[in-house]
Amino acid sequence: MMATRFLRNVRLGIKTLMLHKMRSMLTMLGMVFGVGAVIAMLAVGEGASREALDQIRRLGSQNIIINSQKPVEQAAANSMNVRMNIYGLLYDDLERIEQSYETVERVVPAKLIRGQGRVDGRTLELRIVGTTPDWSELVQRNLLAGRNMTQRDLDENSNVVVLTEHGVRKLLAGRQTLGSQVLINSGYYTVIGVVQSEETQSSAMQTPDQNIDAYIPINVAIERYGDMSVTRSSGSRSRELVELHQIIVQVDSIDHVESTAAAIDRMLTLNHPKGDYSLSVPLALLRQAESTQRTFNIVLGSIAGISLLIGGIGIMNIMLASVTERTKEIGIRRAIGAKRKQIIGQFLIETVVLSVTGGMIGIGIGVLIPWIITIAAQMPTAVTAWSVGLSVVISVGIGIVFGMYPAMRAANLDPIVALRHE
Amino acid sequence: MTTMTLTSNAKASPTHRDDPATDVVIRLTQVWKTYRMGDQDVNALAGVDLQIGRGSFWAISGSSGSGKSTMLNLLGCLDRPTKGTYLLEGRNIADTSDDELSDIRLKHLGFVFQNFHLIPQLTVQENIALPLFYQGIIGSEASDRAEMLATRVGLGERLGHRPTELSGGQQQRVAIARALSNDPSVLLADEPTGNLDTATGNSIMALLGELHAQGKTIIMVTHEPDIAAHAQFELVMRDGNIESITQNPPHPSRPDLGGHGS
Repeated sequence: MMATRFLRNVRLGIKTLMLHKMRSMLTMLGMVFGVGAVIAMLAVGEGASREALDQIRRLGSQNIIINSQKPVEQAAANSMNVRMNIYGLLYDDLERIEQSYETVERVVPAKLIRGQGRVDGRTLELRIVGTTPDWSELVQRNLLAGRNMTQRDLDENSNVVVLTEHGVRKLLAGRQTLGSQVLINSGYYTVIGVVQSEETQSSAMQTPDQNIDAYIPINVAIERYGDMSVTRSSGSRSRELVELHQIIVQVDSIDHVESTAAAIDRMLTLNHPKGDYSLSVPLALLRQAESTQRTFNIVLGSIAGISLLIGGIGIMNIMLASVTERTKEIGIRRAIGAKRKQIIGQFLIETVVLSVTGGMIGIGIGVLIPWIITIAAQMPTAVTAWSVGLSVVISVGIGIVFGMYPAMRAANLDPIVALRHE
Repeated sequence: MTTMTLTSNAKASPTHRDDPATDVVIRLTQVWKTYRMGDQDVNALAGVDLQIGRGSFWAISGSSGSGKSTMLNLLGCLDRPTKGTYLLEGRNIADTSDDELSDIRLKHLGFVFQNFHLIPQLTVQENIALPLFYQGIIGSEASDRAEMLATRVGLGERLGHRPTELSGGQQQRVAIARALSNDPSVLLADEPTGNLDTATGNSIMALLGELHAQGKTIIMVTHEPDIAAHAQFELVMRDGNIESITQNPPHPSRPDLGGHGS
């Protein structure tokens, strides 16, 4: 009974709004774009944030990443072509970290060497990563074929390599991959596995995975290439001596990551007064990125909120005009015996119908725009359920809040005066 | 007859029945209505006493400013007296809330206006059923009743039309059907023929006469003597009070029912 009456009221509201199609449509535009903007902006923000957070998360939230870094004064000395730069993490550092902290679960060293892979006539610039089997545990990448490096490979100094999918395509296209021999910097390696390429977009931090990596046992790397590398550029030569390029530390739980990182940092500072290393904590970056994202969302949300507010004011404006225009109708209804609250109900239903219809169209637009952005600009977007839910709530709320004043004004008209109104 | 004013003619009063209490629909006792205009009070009604019996047909006339509009608004429960009592079906209107007043209008009164006052976005049938809607009567019950009433006023074929698609006379018939839909105690008509040509006006008056013959209490405001002649009783207002009440001879459009006069 109540429901049928309510439905009748809704139908009457729609009918009344349809009498002024153009006006109702223009009134709705504010809501349409307000809601559309909210959803689209949040979707773009969410997409960007998910991508950034994913990148960081891939580094492992339980990990601490320490990189060797060329100190500033030595970077300047680079121009003197004879000198040798000695800097970076030491084998001793690795040992100290491994032995000094209870909270450290695993430590993975890595030597990064520039190299060239060669199979018959094909060549590919590679980043040789000399590391231990734990690498594959800490930096999770999908194994596409074969196997990862094992402790046995390490113990036996096996000349084996795990390539990326990208590397395999460039070097071994059309061949049997596993078991093939690849020449890397004058040494032959047997391919034992292929991992998925990770397309990492450049970021400030040195990411531990790239699509040109070639993973070999670390002792093979030390034996074959030593610690010294020579870079030739425009006629000058610069020599560098770096023992380890990267150490990844895995901590036993997320709660201990930051305190452990601080302790390792203190220890390293003592041993490296030149500051020739950098320490990054993905978890801290994650937190930072999340808080940046939150700020970003608040800014976007506020802008969209303002447009919603303006949409609501537009609705109120039109409804006030409509009340004036329909003064006589209100008078008739009151004379017949409609109570004030029934008049309020009628006008409220109209504004809610307006704002909800606008909101629905807005949701459509808000879903469509991110989709177009993703296709046209290759930007990741993600429409979240809560933003759609929020928009529905907001549009109903705007209908009620901004409809209330005009409805009250309509209901409080003196029926005698209203009837006389022309 | 203590409630009659000096100016009203006791003989013409329609309240003389064997059992007056049950037959009086409307009883005004020393009703005052005062408006404040600028810094002085204007008495639109100045101590009106009146009784209207069930089934009678009244015409109220008077020059502008005589208080006849105020009288109609008051009788129609659109307004409350400043002073005095107004009993409608035995209920005092002076001390009711706005909601209660709405309820009284809904259940006991039907309005017919000079400008028809139909709601343009509703069809004939929906307009007629509007008072039912506010009473909570909807669905087939409401539409059946509306159809029946439309047929009764001769518009059974126009149920789905909009008011703008109808002539003035037809619109007024719809308005009358709407006023009847909640089976009111009193039908109030404010210049019901004011916007119609003579022939159409006469047909509307014939319809009102018919309703009167069927026992409806009708109170009509008009300034046209021809139209007023259709009523049983002519009440003339002057300066906020009743100047005279006269009983009309039977009118051709009004098959007179006995028993209202003495």
